[in-house]
Amino acid sequence: MSDAILELRDVRKIYGSVTAVDGVSVALSSGEFLSFLGPSGSGKTTTLAMIAGLVEPTAGDILLKGQPLNPLPPYRRNIGVVFQNYALFPHMTVAKNIAFPLEMRRVAGAEIEQRVARVLSLVGLADFGARLPSQLSGGQQQRVALARAMVFEPPLLLMDEPLGALDKKLREQMQLEIKQLHRNMGMSIIYVTHDQEEALTMSDRIAVFNNGRIEQIGTPADLYEHPQTRFVANFIGETNLFAGMVSEVAEGYCKINGNGLELRARNGGSIKKGQKAFVAVRPERTMLCEPGRAVAPGENRMTGEVSETVYLGRSRKYVVRAGGADVTVVQQIGSRLDTAFSIGDPVAVHWKIEDATAVSDSAI
Amino acid sequence: MMPASVRTEFLWRGLRITISALLVVFLVAPMLIVVVISFSSAQFLMFPPPSFSLQWYRKLFGDPAWIDSLTASIEIVVPTGILAMVLGTAAALGLARSEIPGKKIITGLLMAPIVVPVIIIAAAIFGAFRIWNLNGSLLGFILAHTVLTVPYVVSTVLASLQMVDERYENAALTLGAPPWAVFRRIVFPLILPGVLSGLLFAMVISFDELVVSLFIGSPTFRPVTVQMWSDVLGDVDPTIAAVGTLLFLFSLLVLLLEALMRHAGMSSPLMGQS
Repeated sequence: MSDAILELRDVRKIYGSVTAVDGVSVALSSGEFLSFLGPSGSGKTTTLAMIAGLVEPTAGDILLKGQPLNPLPPYRRNIGVVFQNYALFPHMTVAKNIAFPLEMRRVAGAEIEQRVARVLSLVGLADFGARLPSQLSGGQQQRVALARAMVFEPPLLLMDEPLGALDKKLREQMQLEIKQLHRNMGMSIIYVTHDQEEALTMSDRIAVFNNGRIEQIGTPADLYEHPQTRFVANFIGETNLFAGMVSEVAEGYCKINGNGLELRARNGGSIKKGQKAFVAVRPERTMLCEPGRAVAPGENRMTGEVSETVYLGRSRKYVVRAGGADVTVVQQIGSRLDTAFSIGDPVAVHWKIEDATAVSDSAI
Repeated sequence: MMPASVRTEFLWRGLRITISALLVVFLVAPMLIVVVISFSSAQFLMFPPPSFSLQWYRKLFGDPAWIDSLTASIEIVVPTGILAMVLGTAAALGLARSEIPGKKIITGLLMAPIVVPVIIIAAAIFGAFRIWNLNGSLLGFILAHTVLTVPYVVSTVLASLQMVDERYENAALTLGAPPWAVFRRIVFPLILPGVLSGLLFAMVISFDELVVSLFIGSPTFRPVTVQMWSDVLGDVDPTIAAVGTLLFLFSLLVLLLEALMRHAGMSSPLMGQS
């Protein structure tokens, strides 16, 4: 990528016998909002700390605007970081906290005052400059942390689970505010989270971390619709997985046999004949009908019995015991296909080939 | 008529108050008696004094031996306190924030002067100082007292460092502060209450120190505690009570100051702001 603001090349971090980050390569375009999504211990925060300069990589290169960052200490990198618990200096007022990075850059006093006031009003805390961090609510502290990391106009902003300590309602509000700030300021942001919903809502692209590696990177829609690995399919949204062996790879689809079923699905990645693979299908892409009814030719179909139904208002969720597994089916209420089934009803679950993806066990 | 349960409750309460009062008397009475005797008009140590006068304070401040030893004590206490504060703070920072091997052993060694019997330390210092020719010198006293008081500073600073989240330091680094600025602007203001209590403790310990001072003192240079010791061994008059009262007042003042500072440091995190 020519306009990459940040580039990681095969970055590794090894602590004794533990590999925390195992060869991460990624490029961030200017103005992009990229999320590092993964469970705790997947290496996303360590990767962030290496970009910030707080952790030294064991191997690999990190480049900011094409310049290697590795030899620079954190205080010479000019990268904004918002920490998980804000890390506001408790002995300084809000205004002093925000002025700190400017003072370190020897900005003139009058200009510091101006810029602090501007960024404070930007985050909606114009009248709070004289307060101490301990006199603010969690959401306000979060805004101050954001203001402090932005005020020196860094080319790159790193955020480490910045909303983790807030309640759900405030989280959603802050997500929108951060998104707006991102759009208005044109900042490049790397955002670490373990919350897939948060990543889906906010990001231009998401890098899914697992075991110190990036399993898949792509737009939210891309990851949701076309997961390449079992982990990604499972971690982002709800999914049904059927294990089997690949018996045929044809133009556009592949055939997977397992548990007495033969299923066809789009080839998600580089599925090869004879390997173990999974068919992944989203609950809302599956349909239910009476077992006797014919389905469109070529559709995947399996019969089973309803073991659970949950009414969700706009939709209804069924758990169907079929093909040796519990299949989750979500049907829109009032749609053409909607028929209410009860527990114990025999049903057929079916879906279109292009709505299912064949995925491998893990990234290569 | 009181029910039995209320009566036993009443009895227990009375007993608790009595025991507490006796304990306080046991702890405080000797000091109070010394204070009272220091104002005695009698010619020797007796309690209660027949009447009051300031003669012993007059004698104290008129006797060059006492003046010299008080001066010596102050000459020792002030540099000792500052040296212990600087060294102890540096040691605590190193122990808390760096990844040096053998941290536990180093901490143990630094704390040793509190644990090892003073007489052993005194003998060791005396032996070493004989080689270096430091016995009876101001420098020798300052060095010896610093060894004895550094552990107090280390422990108070370590305690306050535990309250300083390492994320503050990381945040400051990413905001463009080089390590020295991180220390000056972030860490130091936050641990200042601990540093100052360490300083005050060090000064009180140094001022009260007798055993090591007995070993390394000389007839011409001796702190006030050694002067008191030799005075007690000779003919005892209430001057010793007057000196005792002064020492007591000094310790009381320092502890009061420390408590005040601690209180201020807790209620207002602004105290260290630059």
